[in-house]
Amino acid sequence: MSCLDIIADYGLRSIGLGERLLPRSDFTLCHQFTLIGSGMIWNIYFGTLALASGFILATLLALGKASKKIYLRKLSGWFIFVFRGSPLFIQFFFAYFLFLSLKQSFTFLSPLTSAWAGALFVLFCNTAAYSGEIFYGALQAIPKSDLEAADAYGLSGFSRFRRIVWPTMLRLAWPAYTNEAIFLFHATTLVFFSSFPAWQQRGDALYYANYFADKTFNPFIPYPILAGYFILLTLILIGLFGLANRKLNIHLPKDKHTKIKFRVRLIR
Amino acid sequence: MFEICIDPEKLSGLSWLTCYITTPKHLNLFYSVGTVLLLLLITAPTALLFGFGGAVMARSKILLIKIVGNAYISIVRGVPDIAFFLFFVIAIDQLLEWTRHKILCPEWSEPIRQGNDFVVCTAAKLPLSSSPQWIHEVYGFLLAVFTFAIVFGAFAANVLYGAMRAVPKAQIETAVSFGMTERKVFHRILIPQMWIFALPGLGNLWMILIKATPLLFLLGVEDVVYWARELGGTKTAKFTSYPHGDWRVWYFLGLLIFYLAFTRVSELIIDNLMKNLSRGSATLGGDLQRYVGR
Repeated sequence: MSCLDIIADYGLRSIGLGERLLPRSDFTLCHQFTLIGSGMIWNIYFGTLALASGFILATLLALGKASKKIYLRKLSGWFIFVFRGSPLFIQFFFAYFLFLSLKQSFTFLSPLTSAWAGALFVLFCNTAAYSGEIFYGALQAIPKSDLEAADAYGLSGFSRFRRIVWPTMLRLAWPAYTNEAIFLFHATTLVFFSSFPAWQQRGDALYYANYFADKTFNPFIPYPILAGYFILLTLILIGLFGLANRKLNIHLPKDKHTKIKFRVRLIR
Repeated sequence: MFEICIDPEKLSGLSWLTCYITTPKHLNLFYSVGTVLLLLLITAPTALLFGFGGAVMARSKILLIKIVGNAYISIVRGVPDIAFFLFFVIAIDQLLEWTRHKILCPEWSEPIRQGNDFVVCTAAKLPLSSSPQWIHEVYGFLLAVFTFAIVFGAFAANVLYGAMRAVPKAQIETAVSFGMTERKVFHRILIPQMWIFALPGLGNLWMILIKATPLLFLLGVEDVVYWARELGGTKTAKFTSYPHGDWRVWYFLGLLIFYLAFTRVSELIIDNLMKNLSRGSATLGGDLQRYVGR
């Protein structure tokens, strides 16, 4: 069996296409690369969607926390506190069992008990809270002179926010936000290791890496493969966010561009 | 545990709950909170030690040591943390068994890796298959602690390395001009001065460490997550005198609150510590305090 056959059989295994059964013996390097790579589809799915949707909520949370209205401030503050102060692992467990019990009274909520929707929802809230805090910090750091200039030009209300406050906030927050994005992708590996079941053995990259490590009792091959995939993903992310960073700072002279410094935190 | 709990059938309301959460099985849950605290208590200093070693190595003037130190610091980044945890636990276990195998059974001729199996002689098994259950548990726990220390050590090394570089050069130069040897500069100036720069990073790391403790469950230790799942599941009257439905959501709500409180208290303590340490130091925090006149 050539490697191309294996890729054809298992390349899309994680989303249920191709061979039904996972390989049980005679694991080749090709098997491991293909299946773990196939699992990356889930990591990218969770990461991209959570990041995109979380971005909107994060902006709202940052504005809420900086708001003059006390109930908005309290609400966003508590949201951020709850999701940043507790382990993501426990959040997954809690959300899963919560959705399980909610399902009994509201049947339309039943998709939330499967990973593609439920885990995505948790990741969405989680990244919104972390990014919200980053954006809030940036919001506080906007130079006064920028705002005074906006006032002098007669900008107010939404146009002041859209043209001055928001771009400056993003510019200031971008390096930290890049790290948050990288980190979110790493956190997606927790999904199938917490309570959300991998239906028909459709799991993410870590799920398959763990499968091989268990079957071959040799951790020295699957985990480095997984690491390689993630380093690649991280590099792509840094590249993309770097492009966005250039766009955000396009009006500045070249040497004033803030370089994104790659720093990753550990578990959330 | 209490007198009134002898006949659970007659209980109701609060007294039922009191008896329910003090059943021997629930005590396991409370002990496992102890396990978590014990893990933190052992891991934090060990990781700091690893971190210190890594930082000193990364600063070394000998190229080889410098490379090893830097590799240790940077290798943990860029890869999901759980992968490290899952990897190290098996890898360390196999390393230990392999070493013991080489020492204890030199006459063994078969290969250790036979296809999909890892076979060592019985005398080299860790822990020995004849040893009691608690040794197995302690061994698993120690493996977990060691894994935590390796991973968090790399992060602590990064923080300490940055902190050592942040100590103002003028202070080091002054010390040298006073005729201190390199060792003395390190002990008397660099180390005491570095902490204020390291503290924010270390505090952050401590919070992350707290939030990483539920991962013990993945490493096969019977921790709070294990017991919350175990105790929260549906119990029928056939097997227990305290039957109830699926209460796992409440147990995990409890854990959520436990962790929130834990991180919040830590945050307050670290802030306080930072304020105290900033007094009179050459940082922005120290300057601010001087102007306020404290």
